[in-house]
Amino acid sequence: MISIQNEDFSLADEYAAIRTRAGDAGAIVSFTGLVREIYGDASTAGAVQSLTLEHYPGMTEKCLKDIQLKAEDRWPLLATRIIHRVGELYSHDQIVLVATASAHRNAAFESAEFIMDYLKSEAPFWKKQKSANLSSWIEARDTDKTALDRWQKS
Amino acid sequence: MLNIQYFASIREALNRSEEELELPGDVKSVQALIDYLVNANPHFEAVFIGGGDSKDGRVLVAVNQTIVDRKHLLSQNDEVAFFPPMTGG
Repeated sequence: MISIQNEDFSLADEYAAIRTRAGDAGAIVSFTGLVREIYGDASTAGAVQSLTLEHYPGMTEKCLKDIQLKAEDRWPLLATRIIHRVGELYSHDQIVLVATASAHRNAAFESAEFIMDYLKSEAPFWKKQKSANLSSWIEARDTDKTALDRWQKS
Repeated sequence: MLNIQYFASIREALNRSEEELELPGDVKSVQALIDYLVNANPHFEAVFIGGGDSKDGRVLVAVNQTIVDRKHLLSQNDEVAFFPPMTGG
């Protein structure tokens, strides 16, 4: 299940929902991404006051669905949940939730990480940070691309 | 009609978010479309030239919501989008 939304989400509610959907799961892993105060070069940027998340409506949903299907191909998942927020967010706000349920923990851990790694590099979201001094687009990081390599090798 | 969309830093640099364009007869590929757009809009040059197909290219291209390279061939009614590398999550 995939949602792109402005509203915040409740981890407790989402956990309860995936737990119900997953039936006889033995493991549920959830990852929550939060807005940090510092992105990139802190000395020039200063503390982030807000972050604006833009996306490409249509392609975003398609991309996340593709990533979810890739994960389901690779691990025996009983349920998955992806929520990504868009719009204006503030420090410590929740941005993203990925939860996966499987019979065993390894599949749940690995697939949640796989979905996050692909989401960061392939889903069309962009972050713009606003601090006291400037407003600038956050640059893509090479580490996000190298995170994908291990899934492609194995 | 070709539908062209621009996102994030690309949209701001070009000061344009979306446009409709009758696909000119001699424009067959994404690269040809970029050349056509740069020719028609001189301020596009700084954004598009130097991007290229390299892994770190600053301008990515999607046609009908799938990432393609600049050799990709276009059809009338395609949805083309230009945007920088993604930074979600």
